[in-house]
Amino acid sequence: MYNYFLAVFLMMAGFYVVIAQGNLVKKVIGLGMFQTSVFILYISIGKVNGGQAPILTEGVTSYSNPLPHVLMLTAIVVGVATTAVGLALVIRIHEAYGSVEEHDIQQRDNAEDALLEGEL
Amino acid sequence: MMAFLVITAIAAIRRTDLFAVTMLFGIYSFLTAVLFMDLDAVDVAFTEAAVGAGISTVLMLSTLRLTGRFESSRRRNPLLPLLVVTVTGSALVYGMLDAPPFGDPQAPVHQHVAPRYITESPDEIGVPNMVTSVLASYRGFDTLGETIVIFTAGLAVLLLLGMREGQNLRPSRLAIGDFLVLRVVVKVLVAFILLYALYVLLHGDYGAGGGFQSGVIFATGFVIYDLVFGEADVRRVLPPRWLARLAVAGILLYAGVGIFSMLAGRPFLDYSVLAHDPVHGQHIGILLIEIGVGVTVFAVILAIFYAFSGLRRPSQVA
Repeated sequence: MYNYFLAVFLMMAGFYVVIAQGNLVKKVIGLGMFQTSVFILYISIGKVNGGQAPILTEGVTSYSNPLPHVLMLTAIVVGVATTAVGLALVIRIHEAYGSVEEHDIQQRDNAEDALLEGEL
Repeated sequence: MMAFLVITAIAAIRRTDLFAVTMLFGIYSFLTAVLFMDLDAVDVAFTEAAVGAGISTVLMLSTLRLTGRFESSRRRNPLLPLLVVTVTGSALVYGMLDAPPFGDPQAPVHQHVAPRYITESPDEIGVPNMVTSVLASYRGFDTLGETIVIFTAGLAVLLLLGMREGQNLRPSRLAIGDFLVLRVVVKVLVAFILLYALYVLLHGDYGAGGGFQSGVIFATGFVIYDLVFGEADVRRVLPPRWLARLAVAGILLYAGVGIFSMLAGRPFLDYSVLAHDPVHGQHIGILLIEIGVGVTVFAVILAIFYAFSGLRRPSQVA
């Protein structure tokens, strides 16, 4: 049962990083934590008391559920690929704005908007 | 175990040195892998250890090299986010109190298709590792979809960052290969890493492992060589344009198996047409699509790494 609470805690920790902290790289790490918590939740659900790893073995009758394992295995690899897309976006933002802090980026955007309105 | 995870997570949130945060996140990944091992999910633990602790740490560090190591110390008032998080968390915990008890064999998840996978797959598929038979055979469509997602993500990274060809490579003396010990150890290790990746690929039917893990490990071998000996050497072995072709080839191999079975008058991805004996056909089919997955994952991961490591800081370009 503690596994479920652990998953909730880690999910909320990731969520907190995403909404409360301004650095984009840190936000990506927060998303990573969020993601891992979902993995932990699924794998915990698949566990059967007294079960063994789902690889056919002589003399073992009870196995844990292989289905969540399959789903999470592919999700991890997809996760790293999408994280890479996120980091690539961060790098492009850094090229365009010279900063990865949300605050600085917004300030620059506002300044540019004000400049545009002044011209109109 | 869980306490360690919690502590690492909190430490990662509080540090402002992003280098330390990245390292903590690597540790966090390893701890998760150990937890998965404890919960009988050997294949998942394997993947998490290879991906989370290996590749994603390298990618994060490449990003930090370009965007700077320290977070600005300016913090907003954390009260409102904390409130939101607490409320959401409490709602989730409240929902979980209704969930079936942990490890209960009678829980609904274990009643639907899972018993069939566990009891029938040894006869129907003939492969001891149930995770492999579900991944590659029963849920072959899903896995094809996932592979295409990975391919698309790789494509997106290349579109965003571009890939440098030929000229302007980081010369090998800028790599960390100045230490004799590192050079020797890596040279010996790379051979074993690549061999191990092949073993994981071909032995995935019997033990933990398969195309996804194998592709990642194979890419790790190239990444470590690149880090120590510089880009030029690795890119001579495997030029970037070949990676794109490899990624496409992997998906085509996977989908090709499906098309072949359709042409033979059976449903898409029905492996029984590949041999006279349906169980033997399953063996061949699973092996073929695992190779397809492995090739695509390897090519995409390495292409992403090339794209990240090929970028210069503005000051370095001049």
